[in-house]
Amino acid sequence: MDVNTNISDINFLIQHTFSNESELSTPNVEEKLSLLRRSRISKPIIFVGITSSSIIAGALETLDAVNNYVKERALDIEVVVVGSIGMCSHEPIMDVQIPGKCRISFSQVDEQKVSLILDGVLNNFVPTDNPIGQYQNSLHQAWTGVPFINELPFFEQQHRIILKHCGVINPNNIIDYLAFDGYKTFANSLKTHTHNELCNIIEDSELRGRGGGGYPTGSKWKKALMAAADQKYFICNADESDPGTFMDRLIIESNPHLIIEGIALSAYAIGASKAYIYTRSQYETTVKRIETAIKQAYEAGLLGHNILDSGYNLDITLKKGPGAYVCGEETALIQSLEGKRGMPTLKPPFPTEKGLFGKPTVVNNIETIASVPYIVSQGSKTFKAIGTEKSKGTKLFSISGNVNHACLVEVPLGTSIAKIVELGGGIPKGRRLKAVLMGGPSGSFIVPEKLTTPLDFETFSSENFAMGSGGVTIYDDSTCIIDLVKYFMQFIQNESCGKCIPCREGSRRMLEILENITRRPESNEGGNTLERFKGVIHLESLAEVMRDTSLCGLGQTAPNPLLSALKYFRDEFEEHIFDRKCRANVCRNLRTFQIDIDKCTGCDACAKKCPTKAIIGNPRSPYFIVEDKCIGCGICEEVCKFSAVLSR
Amino acid sequence: MHNPEPIERILQKYPLARRDILIPILQTIQDEVGFLSEEALVKVGKHLKMPTSKIYSLATFYNQFRFQPKGKYHIRVCHGSSCHVMGAVSLIETLEQSLGIKSGQTTRNGLFSLEVVTCMGACSKSPVIEINNKHYSTKSAEDLKKLIENYKAQN
Repeated sequence: MDVNTNISDINFLIQHTFSNESELSTPNVEEKLSLLRRSRISKPIIFVGITSSSIIAGALETLDAVNNYVKERALDIEVVVVGSIGMCSHEPIMDVQIPGKCRISFSQVDEQKVSLILDGVLNNFVPTDNPIGQYQNSLHQAWTGVPFINELPFFEQQHRIILKHCGVINPNNIIDYLAFDGYKTFANSLKTHTHNELCNIIEDSELRGRGGGGYPTGSKWKKALMAAADQKYFICNADESDPGTFMDRLIIESNPHLIIEGIALSAYAIGASKAYIYTRSQYETTVKRIETAIKQAYEAGLLGHNILDSGYNLDITLKKGPGAYVCGEETALIQSLEGKRGMPTLKPPFPTEKGLFGKPTVVNNIETIASVPYIVSQGSKTFKAIGTEKSKGTKLFSISGNVNHACLVEVPLGTSIAKIVELGGGIPKGRRLKAVLMGGPSGSFIVPEKLTTPLDFETFSSENFAMGSGGVTIYDDSTCIIDLVKYFMQFIQNESCGKCIPCREGSRRMLEILENITRRPESNEGGNTLERFKGVIHLESLAEVMRDTSLCGLGQTAPNPLLSALKYFRDEFEEHIFDRKCRANVCRNLRTFQIDIDKCTGCDACAKKCPTKAIIGNPRSPYFIVEDKCIGCGICEEVCKFSAVLSR
Repeated sequence: MHNPEPIERILQKYPLARRDILIPILQTIQDEVGFLSEEALVKVGKHLKMPTSKIYSLATFYNQFRFQPKGKYHIRVCHGSSCHVMGAVSLIETLEQSLGIKSGQTTRNGLFSLEVVTCMGACSKSPVIEINNKHYSTKSAEDLKKLIENYKAQN
C-alpha cells in the first residue's frame, strides 16, 4: 500500500474532524469521506474477521486462501482485516463488498469455501451457502433474499454503542476510526472542556465501573483530580482473565482506537500525563493490535507532547502482564506494574490517593473506558436514557457454555437474563437449562426460575447476586454443579496470591471438602457419611468467613459460586453425600458401571482395556464388572461399540 | 545446554537497574530463550542488584514463566469454564497419561511440553487444544490420542 496517500488521508481526516464541519462540508469532502468510510468503493473489497477467537476457528487459513485467490487470478481487489461482530460461533466470517452492492457477510468460511463464495459474489450472485446477512446502506443496491444484518434478531435486540464499529472497520488502521468521527470527541474536549467539566459529565452520566465492582466512575476520577500531586497516572485494566470471558479482548482487537481515545479522554479528565494499558502477554493478537494503535496515534499527533496545540501531554505505554488472575484487582495490578509480585495491598489508602509509584492513580476497566467517548460526545442525558432508573447505559456480555451460539452482545442494563440466554441461541436440543453463571469464578449461579431477573446493579445487590465482569456461562443438565464449584474453587486456589489467610487457607480447605464429597469412600463404615456431611456444614461457615475477612475482591467473592450452589442445589449436594451418586454422571469417582447382558456380545474389548482387570467373563458370552475392583474410570464405556456398558 | 550470550545481550538493553523493568526483562528472556534457567535468574539478579530469591519468587508467582525448556511440540490446553463442561478434564488426563508429564513440564526426549491455560477466549470452539499454533477442537480422548501418535510418528 502507498504510504504517502495514507499520510495525506490521515491529515485530511484530522483537518476534517477538528475543524467546524460546516466550513468543510463541500461535495469534494463528502466524496472523499464516503470513499474512506467505504460507502462508495471503486473496487471490490473482501473483509476477513481476525481476532483471537476466530484465529482458533481457522480465520488465518481463510485469509491465506483469500489472498491466494486474489493473487492467482491477478484481481484488483482489496483485502481488509476486520475484528469481530460478536457472532463467535459463526467464525471464520468473511464479508464481500462489490461496487454498487451492499456488503454481504458469510459464516463459517473455511479455506475450501472461499473460492466458491468469491466466484459467486464477484459475479453478482449469492452462492448456495447461507449468508449471515448484508449491511444496509441506502447508497447500495441490496441483494435479494438476504436479510439485513441490523434486522436480524441477534442484532435487533441489542443496543450497540461500544460494539458499533466492531467487526466493520479495520482495527489496524487509524484511518478507519478517524473516518467515523474517531478522536473528534477527544480533540473537542481538549479545546472546550476543563478537567473538572469532563469529570462532571461522567459523574452526571452515572456511569459505574464495568469490571465487577460497580463503583461510580465520575467520583473516582474527581478524587484523583482533587488529589494534589506533580504526577498522576491513568491505568487501563485489560487483564481480563476470568475463564469463559472474552469481551475486553474482542473490543480491543476489533476497535483499539476507541480504547486509545477513551484512555486519552479519561487521562485528560484526571489531569494525568502518563497512562498505561495492562494486558496479558499471552494475548498475542490483543498486544499486537494495541501496539499498532498506539504507534499510529503518536504518528497522527494524537498522543505525545502538546497534543493538537492544546498544551496537554499524554504518553500511553503498553505493559504486558505475565498472567495472574489477582492482577485484575487494582492494587495488585499496580504492584505488578511496579515490578513486584501482584499482591493486593490494604485499602485505604486508595489508589486515587496513593497508587502507582505513590502517586494518585485511576484504574478503569476496558468497558468503562470504551463508554467514555460516547458519553462525552452525546452528552450524559443521551447515555442516561439507556438502562434502568439507577443503572445507566449498556453492558457487554460474553455468552458461552452449553449454548448453541457462543457470542458477544451489548444490551441495555436491566435486560433480563432470559434474553441473554436467548441471544446465545438457547440450549442445545434435547437438553434442559440447569443454571446460568454470571461473572466467572466470583459470580453466582442463577436458576431457571430466576431468569426473569433484570440485569442491573440494584436488583443484583438486593438479590445477593454478583454482577461480575460480564462473562455469562450457561449450563445444561449434563453438568454437575458440585463439579463446577470444585472447578472454580481449584481455580481460586491456584490463583490466590497467598497474602491473606482466609483466602489462601480457606480456598484450600474448601477444595478438600469438595473433593471429599466427590470421591468414592474408601470404606463403607458408618462414620464416613457423617464426616462428609460435617464437611458441608463447615463449607458454609468457611465461605462466610472468607467473604467477610479476605483482603481483596478475589477472596471476598470466591465463595459466591459455592454459596449460591448450596442455596439452590442443596439436593444435589445431599445426593453426592448420602447416595454417592452424581445425577449428571460427571463426578467420575462416583460412577458405577454395569454391563447390559442383553447387549453385550462378549467381544472382550472392555476387558482388554480395563486398567484394574475389573471386567471378567468368557469371550462370546456377556461379561461382568466386579464392583470392588472398579475405579470408575469409564474406559469400558468409551470402548464399547454396542453401548452395553451402562453408567449409573 | 544453551548459549549464555543472549541473556547478556538482553540485559544490555536495559541499562538502568530499576525494579519496574524486571518483568519485561524476564519476558524478553523467556521469549528468546524459551524458558528461565537458574543461570538466567542469577544473572538478572546481579544486573538489578537484587537477591536471586526475590527474582525467583516473582517469576514463580506469574503463570507465564516456565523453568523448563519448551518441547518441540508445545501443547496448550484451554481449561476455561466453557471448555471444562465440554470435556477438557478428560483431555488433560489423556494428555498427561499418554505423555507422562504434568502441566508446565516437558517430556524427557524434549518432544512434547504441556501447558494448561485458563482461557483462550474461543469459547465457541471448546474444548480447544493448541499444538505449536495449530488449533484443534477435538472432543474425544481417542481422537486426541491418535493426534498425539501422529505427532510422535513424525519423528
